[in-house]
Amino acid sequence: MFSASDLRKGLKILIDNEPHIIVDFQFSKPGKGQALYRTKLKNMITGSQFSNTYRSNDKFEKAELEERKMQYLYNQADEYHFMDTENYEQLFLTGEQLGDNINYLVDNMEVEVLFFGPRPIDISLPIFVNLTVTQADPWARGDTSGTDTKPITVETGYKLNVPPFVEEGDKIQIDTRSGEYVTRVKE
Amino acid sequence: MLDILGLQFRAALFHLVRSYFCGQDFLEVDTPIRQPVLLPESNITPMASGAWFLQTSPELCMKRLLARQGQNIFQICPCFRADERGSRHLEEFTMLEWYRSDGDYFDLMADCRALVDYVIEGLNQREKYGAIVARSCFGTMVVDKEWQTVTVAEAFSRWGKMPLEEALNSKRFDEVIAIDIEPHLGLQSPTFLCDYPAECASLARLKKEDANLAERFELYIDGMELANGFSELTDASEQRIRFEEELDRIEQRDGARPPMPEKFLADLDRLDRAAGIAFGLDRLLMLLLSVSTIDEVVSLSADDWFE
Repeated sequence: MFSASDLRKGLKILIDNEPHIIVDFQFSKPGKGQALYRTKLKNMITGSQFSNTYRSNDKFEKAELEERKMQYLYNQADEYHFMDTENYEQLFLTGEQLGDNINYLVDNMEVEVLFFGPRPIDISLPIFVNLTVTQADPWARGDTSGTDTKPITVETGYKLNVPPFVEEGDKIQIDTRSGEYVTRVKE
Repeated sequence: MLDILGLQFRAALFHLVRSYFCGQDFLEVDTPIRQPVLLPESNITPMASGAWFLQTSPELCMKRLLARQGQNIFQICPCFRADERGSRHLEEFTMLEWYRSDGDYFDLMADCRALVDYVIEGLNQREKYGAIVARSCFGTMVVDKEWQTVTVAEAFSRWGKMPLEEALNSKRFDEVIAIDIEPHLGLQSPTFLCDYPAECASLARLKKEDANLAERFELYIDGMELANGFSELTDASEQRIRFEEELDRIEQRDGARPPMPEKFLADLDRLDRAAGIAFGLDRLLMLLLSVSTIDEVVSLSADDWFE
């Protein structure tokens, strides 16, 4: 059990029997008044966010979550299939559950799948992934439009802006936290 | 954690505060930080130090001195409150308190204004500090304009998500203050939120013309609560009744009833017309240095001890 004074950003607690993560936390205590624990919570299953304010005597149950190392296999329509690398068990998550993570999934990539009880609810990716550029317009030298980036598409279909020297067929590193270009990778 | 310029700035601020009060003929005192008995406050959890406690504020000791000596006094000291941790809270923080042996909450509001003016002017005399102040909210807000006064009732009707009565009855008064009202206070110029409901009087005197209100105020600058001051309740028997209610709440929560501060009540009877205020110096530094967390204005914070 957690008490209100244990609340902090990143803590995972059970609300109505579903796991929630605290995405924002603020302690406040006006004047000689009571302590208020102001949180912004994200339901880890549905992704919905809401704010809630707790008091000193509130108690919380810990959300028991487990991570398992799995390999991404393929997607079929909206189902993204993964395989447990130890027991070869297979399962899938939906595009909605994966959110922006689908932008970085390539075949055979190793990820951590997050389980709430027997139920897979999310994945965590490596911070950096390397993806191949499948479409890029050539850099028009002398282009004086003033922009120092150009839009490209990578093998997953994800579009992002990169420096003008990146060309089709290049491999680039992307930060999965921000979705932004990091560097060009030599093979 | 402060860098060397920050440490110098903090020291300069403390020096100016001392020099202001000495110039006003206040006596600087230093009262014991460890105390065997505390003022009963159910919303504040003290930290034990042996069989005694670390002070949650110097209020008890300073009021006893005030009652016995009849001299205006001030103090800058550390205070300790368990489980208070956030961007504006440290479990150990620095409080400035001052007490007037003859005066009321209006005098304290005037003190706040004169003190802030004096401190800013003093800092502006040093170029390196003046540049920091100019970048802060004090550089943009009109500090020399008339400071504003808003009553709690006015604040509730302007910004509260529920009427004052309803908030008091549902015990959500503090929530409405903190979430709905605070962010609006002190944006154009420093603002006093005053005339708290009698239920929130704690050690404040009730207004003669309206016993539903306490002569208590809080100072807000740029949406941040800086100080809490009031005309002191000097009626020891009335104070005893309020303490009993507070002790009831603590006993209900902890299962043990702390002792009544008898010596304090005995000294309180000697006081006639007094007023006192607690002013958070770390928070004033946050505003002056334009930082968003209190950890950034102390020499070392709790988190600086661990990886």
